Amino acid sequence: MIKFFLMVNKQGQTRLSKYYEHVDINKRTLLETEVIKSCLSRSNEQCSFIEYKDFKLIYRQYAALFIVVGVNDTENEMAIYEFIHNFVEVLDEYFSRVSELDVSFFNTVFHGTWQTHSGPYQEPIDELPKICSALEPQQACFSLDSSSFKGAASTTPIY
Amino acid sequence: MPAVSKGDGMRGLAVFISDIRNCKSKEAEIKRINKELANIRSKFKGDKALDGYSKKKYVCKLLFIFLLGHDIDFGHMEAVNLLSSNKYTEKQIGYLFISVLVNSNSELIRLINNAIKNDLASRNPTFMCLALHCIANVGSREMGEAFAADIPRILVAGDSMDSVKQSAALCLLRLYKASPDLVPMGEWTARVVHLLNDQHMGVVTAAVSLITCLCKKNPDDFKTCISLAVSRLSRIVSSASTDLQDYTYYFVPAPWLSVKLLRLLQCYPPPEDAAVKGRLVECLETVLNKAQEPPKSKKVQHSNAKNAILFETISLIIHYDSEPNLLVRACNQLGQFLQHRETNLRYLALESMCTLASSEFSHEAVKTHIDTVINALKTERDVSVRQRAADLLYAMCDRSNAKQIVSEMLRYLETADYAIREEIVLKVAILAEKYAVDYSWYVDTILNLIRIAGDYVSEEVWYRVLQIVTNRDDVQGYAAKTVFEALQAPACHENMVKVGGYILGEFGNLIAGDPRSSPPVQFSLLHSKFHLCSVATRALLLSTYIKFINLFPETKATIQGVLRAGSQLRNADVELQQRAVEYLTLSSVASTDVLATVLEEMPPFPERESSILAKLKRKKGPGAGSALDDGRRDPSSNDINGGMEPTPSTVSTPSPSADLLGLRAAPPPAAPPASAGAGNLLVDVFDGPAAQPSLGPTPEEAFLSELEPPAPESPMALLADPAPAADPGPEDIGPPIPEADELLNKFVCKNNGVLFENQLLQIGVKSEFRQNLGRMYLFYGNKTSVQFQNFSPTVVHPGDLQTQLAVQTKRVAAQVDGGAQVQQVLNIECLRDFLTPPLLSVRFRYGGAPQALTLKLPVTINKFFQPTEMAAQDFFQRWKQLSLPQQEAQKIFKANHPMDAEVTKAKLLGFGSALLDNVDPNPENFVGAGIIQTKALQVGCLLRLEPNAQAQMYRLTLRTSKEPVSRHLCELLAQQF
Repeated sequence: MIKFFLMVNKQGQTRLSKYYEHVDINKRTLLETEVIKSCLSRSNEQCSFIEYKDFKLIYRQYAALFIVVGVNDTENEMAIYEFIHNFVEVLDEYFSRVSELDVSFFNTVFHGTWQTHSGPYQEPIDELPKICSALEPQQACFSLDSSSFKGAASTTPIY
Repeated sequence: MPAVSKGDGMRGLAVFISDIRNCKSKEAEIKRINKELANIRSKFKGDKALDGYSKKKYVCKLLFIFLLGHDIDFGHMEAVNLLSSNKYTEKQIGYLFISVLVNSNSELIRLINNAIKNDLASRNPTFMCLALHCIANVGSREMGEAFAADIPRILVAGDSMDSVKQSAALCLLRLYKASPDLVPMGEWTARVVHLLNDQHMGVVTAAVSLITCLCKKNPDDFKTCISLAVSRLSRIVSSASTDLQDYTYYFVPAPWLSVKLLRLLQCYPPPEDAAVKGRLVECLETVLNKAQEPPKSKKVQHSNAKNAILFETISLIIHYDSEPNLLVRACNQLGQFLQHRETNLRYLALESMCTLASSEFSHEAVKTHIDTVINALKTERDVSVRQRAADLLYAMCDRSNAKQIVSEMLRYLETADYAIREEIVLKVAILAEKYAVDYSWYVDTILNLIRIAGDYVSEEVWYRVLQIVTNRDDVQGYAAKTVFEALQAPACHENMVKVGGYILGEFGNLIAGDPRSSPPVQFSLLHSKFHLCSVATRALLLSTYIKFINLFPETKATIQGVLRAGSQLRNADVELQQRAVEYLTLSSVASTDVLATVLEEMPPFPERESSILAKLKRKKGPGAGSALDDGRRDPSSNDINGGMEPTPSTVSTPSPSADLLGLRAAPPPAAPPASAGAGNLLVDVFDGPAAQPSLGPTPEEAFLSELEPPAPESPMALLADPAPAADPGPEDIGPPIPEADELLNKFVCKNNGVLFENQLLQIGVKSEFRQNLGRMYLFYGNKTSVQFQNFSPTVVHPGDLQTQLAVQTKRVAAQVDGGAQVQQVLNIECLRDFLTPPLLSVRFRYGGAPQALTLKLPVTINKFFQPTEMAAQDFFQRWKQLSLPQQEAQKIFKANHPMDAEVTKAKLLGFGSALLDNVDPNPENFVGAGIIQTKALQVGCLLRLEPNAQAQMYRLTLRTSKEPVSRHLCELLAQQF
């Protein structure tokens, strides 16, 4: 089962977070810091799964952006690992060459996209046209993270 | 920004956002925002009615401002208005605003719920989906209460659109996870199972998620899902790679759905129906076969998706653990992955293989990969993969390969990451013991372990090697020789000194014949380490020295010299000083015969399950961090300490020299109920209101007269009931909660208070005791707003307590309403002296989930104390009468609380004895007397407590006419200061 979903850049700024279990707001910051620290400290040769406290982190890196999913230990690691990629493909389709900038400025789209095909999770490919039609871009100009609002969001395509 | 360019309307919003982005400073940004807020406020308040588009735009701006971190205190009504719009975009923004900024304004909630209700009833699938998403996103209890009953209906309605069904399933799942009690089970459950047959794969996926969650609580209700899941799985697995169109991911048909179906099947045992089972086995074989086929695409996504299914298939095979053929095939498949170039696959293969190793069918197959795994341990560059490899080696170890595996793990230990060293040490220690064929190998291994990773060798490990050496004659000489050699290393770990000190003290004589290890050599070798060691080790070495005096009389003079040295006799540490003084006197006063008796070889330790294993289990448990903290409290960890305690009867002064191993913190073995928490765990025992312990007899009396029912049923009459304590049924009760001892300790000196409290339940106690009778009122308070069902508290007598204590309980109502309190009356009669308290087992159902809790009932022997006043002369006369050694129990312990005479007095009075003034010549000391009243006999009891404010220590002496009572009272009381 997915416990949380994070998009964090290399500077440790959270671009998107979604929790499926209650975590106090102030504890989230701490958790996110620790999570990104443990992801950054790993090299390409290391595997994409980290045992963290009593759950597992599954992460993938796209350009400067990390996508991290926290799951409990009964979850299928490989399925989640590939699911992250699938999510990015959907974003890429929608934004045509998605970048970190898109993530920080079109937060709602991301929330919407993620919600629509997480669930725990569903078959996303099929949802793609629906997401794109359902979420018109102008509804989506929101940033979650005020402190990093003017921060240097990379425009490098993440995929 | 490509997305904005696609947009048509809401230019104002785009302009506002770009204004904000162009602000040079925080101040400028705030100024711009305030301007915008004023503008929006005036628009909302203006006379002109706003059209939907403007409302949407302004609500959007508000939402944007809120997400920038500013407070928004208006606009909610406009957002709610948007909900009733017929335009999708307006409705959507309304719902978005509400999901983000919902507040508990009851007026608004009513309106929102109304809007949601309308949308759910609208038959417009898009609007229904929006409403369902809103319910799921908010997921509050109020929403659950309002809609939990409607959603199942929508989910199974024949005319619901696929997308609505999908959303309804996920919404229901979310509500069920948030508050399971709100989702009514009913005839819809059977129809939900049939959604597995739905045409639309999205619906199937959502339904599988829902069923997987629901069936964990009510497996029987959803049993029919097995065959449906199998047939669905079989259709997916056997479909061609393009059959499922949208649901094909890089030529893999519906990978995530397959994984979910396989996961659902793991909630159940193998299917009973042979046809279903056959079909399933066929599916599993197909998946295994496909893994061998050449990939349909070179893309990594293809193989990842395929492997996700494969790993889930293997978990299912392991879960069933009944198909030897499949298990072996799974093992071979994983074996291929062990050498795959993808780190992720190697990691997962090691992990899965670890569970395969525990199956009898595949254990041998796993063992064939031993070389690969050892190689992984050596060469793998990722610590988490190495950790998995170490786990797998541990799991595949048996008698045939133990030596190889243990030596590889030892080699790995030298370079292992610090984080996992302790775990590896434990594993090596366990394997070495479990599969030891000859014990000299075992001793070698453990000594190597200490040499390589001494810091990570926990006490349990070296206690264990001592136990084994002590219990096995054949290895003692070898052990002595080996430790002697190990100690000769210029720098050796303190744990090595401890083991060496103990073993040479016991068995040094076995190697004394060799001039290279003659007694003086042994002694000087040990003594050369003495000054570098901690106090605990030095205390142990002092005991070794006195044993040497017995083993090798020729060393007596040297050792006495060492003991006599000022650094020992006047050591600042009281334990070392006491040992030095007592050993020196013992060695000079006692005859050789006496010495030989006192210091004879340790008797064998009772055999018991290895406590190292228990420790490893704790380490591995969920939330390892907290489990470790609790470790000290766990009775099993005290076991070994108790076990290591040499029998006190061989030494004249039990208290200091009883722990030859220097385990001062360890409680003596004779106090099962109160001993579990030693040391500072008890610090907060008296942190409650200070007045409580001093509750004298007067308020107790008042309480008694208030609560005593006027009816003629006196305690005696109740106790005469022919079926006392018939309540505890044959059902077995769980072990007491870990805090039980601590909670019990709180009540040794007081009768009233809160016995237990958690988020659900509070248990309060009021009790009073007279002679050998007592009455206890237990108050169970339901702290939640939900009714407890099947509420049944029972009292259980472990062991032979039945014959020692009669407890009669009255039944209480089986339902406890939310916020309500029920009272239970217990009548207690003490038949004879007892050591362990009865257990209180509380069971109930909360929100459908069974809850069970076992506590120790605060009834200890001292409750039946009757205080006795006597003059000094009488006291001393009786004190002398009770002078047999077994009648006395003494304990010297450090103060855990500030040493305040008044508090101490209050505690002693609370304990039950009378306090006698002017008896002890030293006014600082406390002297008390009382009689313990039981039905069968009375036990007279005298006590003396001598505080030493300077050392912050107490000495407590108890004399009673019954030996176990003395010891038990001494234990109970010593915990309180």
